[in-house]
Amino acid sequence: MSYDAHFRVWRGDAEEGELVDYPVEVNEGEVVLDIIHRLQQTEANDLAVRWNCKAGKCGSCSAEINGRPRLMCMTRMSTFAETDVITVTPLRTFPVIRDLVTDVEFNYTKAREIPSFAPPPGVAPGEYRMQQVDVERSQEFRKCIECYLCQNTCHVVRDHEENKPAFAGPRYLMRQAELAMHPLDARPGRPEEAVEEDGLGYCNITKCCTEVCPEHIKITDNALIPLKERAVDRKYDPLVWLGSKLFRR
Amino acid sequence: MSENIEIHEYDVVVIGAGGAGLRAAIEARLLGKRTAIISKSLFGKAHTVMAEGGCAASMGNVNPNDNWQVHYRDTMRGGKFLNNWRMAELHAKEAPDRVWELETYGALFDRTPDGKISQRNFGGHTYPRLAHVGDRTGLELIRTLQQKIVSLQQEDFAETGDYEANLRVFHETTITDLFKADGKIAGCFGYYRSSGAFVRFDAPAVVLATGGVGKSYQVTSNSWEYTGDGHALALRAGATLINMEFLQFHPTGMVWPPSVKGILVTESVRGDGGILKNSEGKRFMFDYIPDVFKDQYATTPEEGDRWYTDADNNRRPPELLPRDEVARAINSEVKAGRGSPHGGVFLDIASRRSPEEILKKLPSMYHQFKELADVDITKEPMEVGPTCHYVMGGVEVDPDTTMSIVPGLFAAGEVAGGMHGSNRLGGNSLSDLLVFGRRAGLGASEYVDGLAGVRPAVLIADVDAAQDRALLPFSSATDGGENPFKVQLELQKTMHELVGIIRKEDEMRLALKKLEDIATRTRTVSVTGHREFNPGWHLALDLRNMLLVSLCVGKAALERQESRGGHTRDDFPVMDSDWRHVLLVLRALGEDDVELVRQEQIAMRPELFDLFELDELKKYYTGEELGGHRAEASE
Repeated sequence: MSYDAHFRVWRGDAEEGELVDYPVEVNEGEVVLDIIHRLQQTEANDLAVRWNCKAGKCGSCSAEINGRPRLMCMTRMSTFAETDVITVTPLRTFPVIRDLVTDVEFNYTKAREIPSFAPPPGVAPGEYRMQQVDVERSQEFRKCIECYLCQNTCHVVRDHEENKPAFAGPRYLMRQAELAMHPLDARPGRPEEAVEEDGLGYCNITKCCTEVCPEHIKITDNALIPLKERAVDRKYDPLVWLGSKLFRR
Repeated sequence: MSENIEIHEYDVVVIGAGGAGLRAAIEARLLGKRTAIISKSLFGKAHTVMAEGGCAASMGNVNPNDNWQVHYRDTMRGGKFLNNWRMAELHAKEAPDRVWELETYGALFDRTPDGKISQRNFGGHTYPRLAHVGDRTGLELIRTLQQKIVSLQQEDFAETGDYEANLRVFHETTITDLFKADGKIAGCFGYYRSSGAFVRFDAPAVVLATGGVGKSYQVTSNSWEYTGDGHALALRAGATLINMEFLQFHPTGMVWPPSVKGILVTESVRGDGGILKNSEGKRFMFDYIPDVFKDQYATTPEEGDRWYTDADNNRRPPELLPRDEVARAINSEVKAGRGSPHGGVFLDIASRRSPEEILKKLPSMYHQFKELADVDITKEPMEVGPTCHYVMGGVEVDPDTTMSIVPGLFAAGEVAGGMHGSNRLGGNSLSDLLVFGRRAGLGASEYVDGLAGVRPAVLIADVDAAQDRALLPFSSATDGGENPFKVQLELQKTMHELVGIIRKEDEMRLALKKLEDIATRTRTVSVTGHREFNPGWHLALDLRNMLLVSLCVGKAALERQESRGGHTRDDFPVMDSDWRHVLLVLRALGEDDVELVRQEQIAMRPELFDLFELDELKKYYTGEELGGHRAEASE
């Protein structure tokens, strides 16, 4: 059942690099990460790659496989023909550190800019009461494993370094949506904040983020569009508008 | 060739960014300590994300009969009464508060109809007790703690203009040495994985929260990080390890395809109705109920099935026995030739629950089997077998403060020993992380306060030595040392085959001999290339730790001549009361050897002892130990 596949892996650092060809053994049931590990154990001991759980749960082994952003541990070799050339490159949106490892600091910076959960005042620990149907909306977003494939694929920042300061990216806009829909979050005005502070307006709902999400979270439909609707609803509500005119000082 | 080494000063340094480490750091920061968190992986990727089933806490939301005493009894039973009873007591008492606290950080657990946190059944737990989010509870836990840390950083930013003023995460950083001065912790040393640059932390208190040791085994549910770093760092700093012979082989790991062999299949599959069958289609667990558990488990499939809907009037099915029992049973079935095609047994939920229920309760298991094995678990059974999952053994600590015998060195979570005795119950790990993570942060903070500003100073000679050690694999390159990946495979194979789930004296002796040889090879492994994100180099350094920990497991396993929990001897197949009160304590002897001494377990406090019926205690205790029990005293 074994065969030799033709792998082409990007090797290099921040300054320079190139695609290197490797013939490498593939066995039944293996995934792309297995093949990368085989290379590491044999002819390329210093091949840099991030990984942890190898079960699609930690979101560490993100890369681009034949140009598609994917988790290497969840990409089965059986999805390719034995004659295919399999090209593995690092995530394009983030600066390369070495080989397949990129500097994903952008995401941690953005995470810090989203105001955290605000506990409801006066509700003691143990006294939180929420209905399952109400928590399910935010629970969908909390399935996120932070693989950053959505951040990587989003065209707002993929080839537009200049948009990075103003745009939180799908993962962190979804975090705002998650908190806006949290039954007990006490912070008002998250949808407006998402527009004004996090760049929600840059998103033109092409759904690329949803398409690459390994957790199958409907980022665009369930998080970003509802967040946009809520923001618009409040911003352009005629009564709110009138109130703001009448009572403006 | 001393290079310029970056130096940071902190009050508390936490090594490890899983549940225990993050909870410890939160506590230390809340108590006003400048705190660093050091993590081998990226922030938020720690092994805690792999926990599936839930977090055990006797909140009594589903069955109001639950309380800390019942949880305590279950934990002690699960550990076959070898647990550090004080840790088990603190754990059972404090777990509910730790879970409720997570909701104030923003956690969203699944709910009961009246809006409380829902709780699920699990092996060894008398009542539905595990707070959960589908089968991704670990992810919820790590994300919640991660987000709490961000929230504390936001508070610091509002006050000082610097997010990292009081709490900083150093991710992708590995610690290779601890420093001591005057017998106390003074700091630690390591390297940034991405650049390979060295970094030194000066701090009077270090909390080890590095998790387990599973990477020393061939088939494991653990990730590359689980190389026993904390265990080894503690030993080298002069601390002691206990219970290292007890390793938990989780009964249900994937067995096929080969590349995913060992990956966990959550116990919730059984908690939610899944059953184990052999190749003859027989539900075999009924044949494996041990005497000590006879009264608590159903003897017929009918009774077992009724329990899911009427737990008060029926006994639980034997699929939900503690993990050690189920793992051994599976092992026996496979050995008897009744295994599945790929060397496991069948775990069947498809014929027991509707596809809708399965998708709702076990979404990530559905996903995992669909994508990795091409198996639809709503239609077909899974193939499963034992996988090295958890080490009960770890650093010997004071239960209340979590401090080791080395002043300033603390340990919490999997790296600490004692809490789970000879076998951990599912769900007791996430609660352990929270309870003892918090206690470690508290203990470390109080210790720092107690120093009253007099901090041990790191010795420059120690820093130089640490640096030389870390660079050794590069210098052995010229001497023709071996590929570290090859040595690692050899180590894993040795442990798997010779100190695995079923152990024999001659095999373990052979293992110890092989480990000596592997030690020599480990000292001279060589790596090529550069220091930037070089996995060969990283492994070469981790190997030292894996080796030391494997020696501990091997020596302790050879010494304990009985079978108990996560330690099964083919040559001593029964549990022996004379061994219950004996702890095997390990200490480092030089660079890569250890010595073992026996130590008496402290007797349980009388009011805790009296929580059990005398008849049950008789199964575990020697006659003279039972004198203090209420039933004996009244006679």
